[in-house]
Amino acid sequence: MTQTTGKLLGWILGTALAIGFVVVMGQLAIGPAAQSMVPAPATSAGLTEVLFYVLAGVTIAGAAGVALSHNILYSAIGLLMALLGAGSLYVFLSADFLAVAQLLIYIGGVLVLVLFAVMLTNRITEITVSNTSLGLWGGLMLFVAVAPVLLAVALVTPWATITPAAAAHTTETIGDALLSRWLLPFEVASLVLLASLVGAVAIARKEIKAD
Amino acid sequence: MVPVQWYLLLAAVLFGVGLVGVLIKRNALIVMMCIELMLNAANLTFLAFARQQGNIGGHAIAFFVIAVAAAEAAVGLAIVIAIYRTTGSVNVDDVRELREEG
Amino acid sequence: MLSSPQRKPFSPRAVLVITLAVGVLLFGALFTGILVLTAAIKPVMIAAFLRQVVGVDPATWPHTTLVTWVSMAITALILLTFGAVISGATVWWEMRVSARMQSRIGYNRAGAGGFLQWIADAVKLLFKEDLIPAEADQLLFRVAPYFVMTGFALTFVALPFGEGLVAADLNVGIFYMVAVTALVVVGILLAGWSSNSKWALFGGMRAAAQVVSYEIPAGIAIMVPVLMAGTLSMQGIIRAQGAWPWQWFVFTNPAATVAFLIFFISQLAEGNRTPFDLPEADSELVAGYLSEYSGFRFALFFLVEFGNLWVMAAVLTTLFLGGWQIPWVSAADWTAARGALGDLPGAGWWGLQLLSMLVMVLKTLVVLNVIVWIRWTLPRIRIDQMMNLCWKYLVPFAFAAFVFTLLWQVLLARVPLLATFTGFIMTGLFVAMAALFGRQVKANIAASGDHVDLTNW
Repeated sequence: MTQTTGKLLGWILGTALAIGFVVVMGQLAIGPAAQSMVPAPATSAGLTEVLFYVLAGVTIAGAAGVALSHNILYSAIGLLMALLGAGSLYVFLSADFLAVAQLLIYIGGVLVLVLFAVMLTNRITEITVSNTSLGLWGGLMLFVAVAPVLLAVALVTPWATITPAAAAHTTETIGDALLSRWLLPFEVASLVLLASLVGAVAIARKEIKAD
Repeated sequence: MVPVQWYLLLAAVLFGVGLVGVLIKRNALIVMMCIELMLNAANLTFLAFARQQGNIGGHAIAFFVIAVAAAEAAVGLAIVIAIYRTTGSVNVDDVRELREEG
Repeated sequence: MLSSPQRKPFSPRAVLVITLAVGVLLFGALFTGILVLTAAIKPVMIAAFLRQVVGVDPATWPHTTLVTWVSMAITALILLTFGAVISGATVWWEMRVSARMQSRIGYNRAGAGGFLQWIADAVKLLFKEDLIPAEADQLLFRVAPYFVMTGFALTFVALPFGEGLVAADLNVGIFYMVAVTALVVVGILLAGWSSNSKWALFGGMRAAAQVVSYEIPAGIAIMVPVLMAGTLSMQGIIRAQGAWPWQWFVFTNPAATVAFLIFFISQLAEGNRTPFDLPEADSELVAGYLSEYSGFRFALFFLVEFGNLWVMAAVLTTLFLGGWQIPWVSAADWTAARGALGDLPGAGWWGLQLLSMLVMVLKTLVVLNVIVWIRWTLPRIRIDQMMNLCWKYLVPFAFAAFVFTLLWQVLLARVPLLATFTGFIMTGLFVAMAALFGRQVKANIAASGDHVDLTNW
């Protein structure tokens, strides 16, 4: 009885937290035009920072899960976490359209495809889907070799400090940019997508023997 | 506002983890997942700079990256499944038929 | 009402009173909560509330953030409860309608007309053992319902209930709605795989293949109203339409009618509803991906499946059927009723909001009822038929509707009256078809010597 009630409460609170999170994000970054006209409410300045650290933590934890987990499905869950975390960070970078595109294309498309492939390439009896690796130490050394360089570049380079413009709606501007300045890449991207569509079908279908 | 350096740091770590995963994992599917991680790190960088510079070009490029990643996933997974059908394995080390002896 | 042999059952009149009281109180409280809170959590409203009711200056008062957070948390809780309760009520309605369609009685034990049955079922499921199969993947089996539930609950963030009644009017609204449902697919796939049962695995694979395929025609069909409104925001799409049927998107553009049908079919498929319920086809797959689930986790899958009906119907209403628009009330009237932007709005504005909510809820319930009818009318289709329908018919037609709408918008820019003209013709056609349908139904009933009897609820 108490266990059920506790579980129920946990569920309700957890999901309410998820809804509240999106509402807050919506109000903070991608609210409607009507709200941006009125003076901003006294949202605490520390909120953005705290959310950034939480989301960055989620992203890195997910990425570590992908690279280090021994069960391939746990890796997929890690990828989900990393993509969700990175997608939420896009909202803070006032890239609302790309955040939703990330959710739709990566999680709805790529991740589902990966899960599909996992299930097609492993037998159901192998409950712990093995996922071999070359060993943690080699990887760790590699990470130690690569990450400091990137970190140093990020920290040492004197990036011009331009105060960023206030969060604006990006859908229209992205649309304009894609069809003016970036028109050629846009068309090429559509060709790439078409070619990959045909290619994927051609590769994955079973060969039909003539005889 | 979180300064742009923090986003770059996060992207660097994400890229590093993805790179490590690509190099140490032998399962083709995990390798592909780690490539997605690296692409995401690149996207994060593009968007961080796009906000800092107030330039929409970063968004456009990130959009292309997402499109190409989707194409890559479709073709890559088709190849993985085709390899699995012929060799019965998704270990990238098993696929070395064309390698020279020695 | 829980009549055991030891206890005298309630009189029918008492049962009716109790049922009505529960229904009115539950739904009254929920809708009032949504009406007040979704309108009130906007920053400008909270500031006005603090200034006028509490009597403090929101800019300097130290607790403004706290008030914002608490009201948002309460709103989230109410929206979540609404999702759960509406899903239960949908189960009741579906069972009653299906029973009538099959000449059965249906739910009639708990409460008048069996209305309280879903509460009894929910309580029963809560107290059942939460069984996890021994060979299942413990962690994934446990977390799979979380994904499904989260994907469902997050849709309520951008779901409009009225003119100002939406938790957050995201400017990428409809795009967001499509994207968060992706989490449901991940949850279903994981549930299917982690159960370690062949039925569940097949169900999960079928569900994923189906949802991923049908997202494409749905996405292209959504582009038609988006093109016509010129925005992705849910409220913006509704504002671009009018209150009368000939001002709805579904009737003002012939391609939008096609897009409406395509989107409707795709939504049925994405919600795993008959005739697309292959993932849980009980004659082949036991119960598909939820075969191994029991107790509370099963209840969550079930809740999402039926709660999705409301979301589907509300999105269809928003995109094509004019949403909450009230006849004779224009955008200027809304602004006039709102008064000064910094003040709390007057009673007239709240009345209009209530009216707009009523319109939206009514339209949503009508669409929901049609979805229920379809489920109990059509047989399940085969998996190859399902894929054929999607890729060979829906996708090409959706593209055609999309291209037609582009040309149509160009044409409309020159001849603005064309939309009204088409609206009247299409509405007339629809009314004529509905009348013919009604006449045929009447003739069929008369021919079989039957009669319509609505007395035996």
